Amino acid sequence: MISVTRSFLIPFTRRPIAAVGLGILVCMTAVAILAPILAPYDPSKIEPIVRLLPPNAAHWFGTDQFGRDILSRVIYGAQLALLVGVGVVSFALITGVPAGVLSALYPRFGSIMMRLIDVLMSFPALLLALGLIVILGRGVTNAILAIGVVYLTTTSRITYGLTLRLRTETYVEAANSMGAGAAWTIRKHVLPNLISPLLVQASFVFAFAQLSAASLDFLGLGAPPEIPSWGNMLAEGRIFITRAPWLLFFPGFAIAITALSLNLVGDALRDRLDPRFRGMLNGNRR
Amino acid sequence: MNSYAVHRTSAAVTTLAAASVIIFFFIHLIPGDPLYVLLGDVATPDQVDALRTRLGLDQPIVVQYFRWLANVARGDLGTSIFFQTPVLHVIRDGAETSILLASITMIWITLIGIPVGVIAAMRHGSWLDQALSGLAMLFASVPTFWVGLYLILIFAAWLGWFPSSGYPSIFEQGGLANLRYLLLPSLALAAPNAALILRLTRASMLDVAREDYIRTARAKGIRPMRVILRHILRNALLAVVSAFGFTFAALISEAVVTETVFALPGIGQLVVQSILRRDYPVIQGIILLTVVLYLAVNLLVDLSYRLLDPRVELA
Amino acid sequence: MLRVRDLSISIGTPTESLDIVSSVSFEIERGEILGLVGESGCGKSMTSLAVMGLLEKGGPWVRTGRVQLSGFDVINSQPYQRVEAGHGGIAMIFQEPMSSLNPVMKVGDQIEEAIAVHQRTSGAKQTLKARELLEMVRIPDAAIQLGAYPHQLSGGMRQRVMIAIALACQPQVLIADEPTTALDVTVQAQILSLLRELCDTLGLSILFITHDLGVVAQLVDRVAVMYAGRVVETATVERVFAYPAHPYTEALMSCLPDSGHSKRRLATIPGQAAKPGQVRKGCAFAPRCRYAIETCVDEAPPYATISDTHRALCHFPRGVTP
Repeated sequence: MISVTRSFLIPFTRRPIAAVGLGILVCMTAVAILAPILAPYDPSKIEPIVRLLPPNAAHWFGTDQFGRDILSRVIYGAQLALLVGVGVVSFALITGVPAGVLSALYPRFGSIMMRLIDVLMSFPALLLALGLIVILGRGVTNAILAIGVVYLTTTSRITYGLTLRLRTETYVEAANSMGAGAAWTIRKHVLPNLISPLLVQASFVFAFAQLSAASLDFLGLGAPPEIPSWGNMLAEGRIFITRAPWLLFFPGFAIAITALSLNLVGDALRDRLDPRFRGMLNGNRR
Repeated sequence: MNSYAVHRTSAAVTTLAAASVIIFFFIHLIPGDPLYVLLGDVATPDQVDALRTRLGLDQPIVVQYFRWLANVARGDLGTSIFFQTPVLHVIRDGAETSILLASITMIWITLIGIPVGVIAAMRHGSWLDQALSGLAMLFASVPTFWVGLYLILIFAAWLGWFPSSGYPSIFEQGGLANLRYLLLPSLALAAPNAALILRLTRASMLDVAREDYIRTARAKGIRPMRVILRHILRNALLAVVSAFGFTFAALISEAVVTETVFALPGIGQLVVQSILRRDYPVIQGIILLTVVLYLAVNLLVDLSYRLLDPRVELA
Repeated sequence: MLRVRDLSISIGTPTESLDIVSSVSFEIERGEILGLVGESGCGKSMTSLAVMGLLEKGGPWVRTGRVQLSGFDVINSQPYQRVEAGHGGIAMIFQEPMSSLNPVMKVGDQIEEAIAVHQRTSGAKQTLKARELLEMVRIPDAAIQLGAYPHQLSGGMRQRVMIAIALACQPQVLIADEPTTALDVTVQAQILSLLRELCDTLGLSILFITHDLGVVAQLVDRVAVMYAGRVVETATVERVFAYPAHPYTEALMSCLPDSGHSKRRLATIPGQAAKPGQVRKGCAFAPRCRYAIETCVDEAPPYATISDTHRALCHFPRGVTP
């Protein structure tokens, strides 16, 4: 029997580009965690003398209009990106999975819950997030909450579908006929089989969380301007687009490469899934 | 067919009703007295009293909801704090830009996504297919506004081929030529969505090509191009069409940011500015209209699916 | 009519290939039904696809051999190429009528599509012809059924539609790849009798592929038995059942439940069917043959001629009454 780690890595050996994606993600995480050590400068240090310098030996990514080192800001931005991603995915899983599982196992509760989810899904993603931001106010935690609510809808829908399929598996019926209770069924049969598909879902949600958070930050409705976030950097650098295009390149590239890697990893993991489940993990983009 | 249509429509209507309750409560969930939320801080006592009676804010909440619903049905979505004009008018002013932008974007998505997806599928395994799939994956992951910013940099600032911001109406001076203001924004919006449609078309074509009836079609002696278009694509499109509902929602979300980047006077930019200006009636009105529109589009896609796939009987 | 000579189909690369079908030869005369019989995996479907020109790019390919339709070489050409060259005389029907028809196209349109390719009619005449074809395959209410979609028809009806489509191609030879395997026994009988009738009235030749010996007994005139990618015996249907020459055929016959002696244990053939490439020299059936001796293992068997209609690929064909 292959160990879990080995079986996790198999799809990556088959598709080298996905392995590259995984590698990038690992690097990003390392960068995010080691930010204080890796960043050459204080990301918030204002030094007007060196403002708007193109990439050079002292500042590899150049400097912005306040003289702040862009490399350091991008590194700290990775920290925020990691935080937001983990926050959104955790929220979506913690709320969405129980909702989906319980809805599938208890049809009466399920029909109400899924209707509720349908109603939430009738709001386009960003608008829902914006609406919540208006009520909650801006800020990183509120952004995580708002985006989390958006993706809890897809997560619960997917979990619902998966659990329904699993419920009709013969071995679950066999277990029930032997008198197994719901909690035991969940623990033993449903949850272990949900891990792989949910891992795929988590990758995609992480990717969309990045893009959504960057959009919110860009609009000025997410992280406050003091915090170095990739979206904020793009918003601030906008007016210098012709004078200093590097202000926009590096943060944007960071967002893109993170989302791309997550998508590659998600795709590779999805290919490894049981074909019945594969089709269900497509409906995320909104 | 009829029972299916009725079923789906009633489902859409009930969802809309439930969503309307949430949208109604939006104003009440915002911190502060709903009256001042709706009127802004500089409201006079007279205005406050007038609004209180009009909305029936002294009545139970259920009555308020139906009052609001009745107003909405008459087209009264409240008054914009910032503009001091009816919300509906404010939204209407921005509608032209957004509708045109969305339409042009949809044209790009369809014209680029589907044919290129077909080509990639036909040349499955070749370097062309791999290159196209790779590009599609890339564009699907890139944030729209970054693409937009770089389009501005390259085509507006450096090459000067297209304007970088704003949009004068086609009904004013310049006429249809003013559509060029929408070219870059629509391309930025179309990029990730076209990429997704491309991947979907390609995957769907490859799945259908493996089906037995395609082998039958070949056995009949039909020429390859006809097999691809009339048999494979025709069936592959089923999956693609059902994705158009999603695409529309994604467009709405992304248009908000894209209009901001290109300073287009559309509803997307309006919603952002209203949030910054705390113009809550406008925000509420936009959310309501967007939900109605999205549900309508979804319903349309569902019903048209029945036309495309004769196998669909009931929901 | 249809002549297949030394057809070999391989997988792999041109430099490193493996034959999954070796030197298959048979012929079918006008108005004759040849049954191609064998276990799953023996290569019979692959052979029929090769004859039809439907082998896909990137999959198994014809390494060598000839396929002649009324004297014209049609090997390695796809159906549409044959039509263009004027030799579109082979049509094929498949095993799964459920999935073999385009689900979003009306049945009548699918037939008319074939008519448009093979005949020079158009418009209303096509529709008329399509209706005639549906009537020929005994579908009731043909005019109405033209507008039906495949999912609205039963399995037997769908298979009839497939036959109608095949007939629309005006074939001299019809290849039927296990057309009744997925159908009920009663429907099966109807389809078989329909095929026989078409053969008699139209002078159609049929290559009927099956693993079901019962069907073989009912329908075919001659039999070609395949094993491990080779034709091991060809004979008339009567001789194959009464005096099988190849040990494999003999074993197949003895596996048939004998309705007279219901208490006897069912005979089986020991061992597993050989996979392609497993056998290098000698007879492919030797490991499972109860009569095998050293010669069988060491030397490839020749084609032994038992009569001018009966051949077997064996060193020592079984007790044959001359």
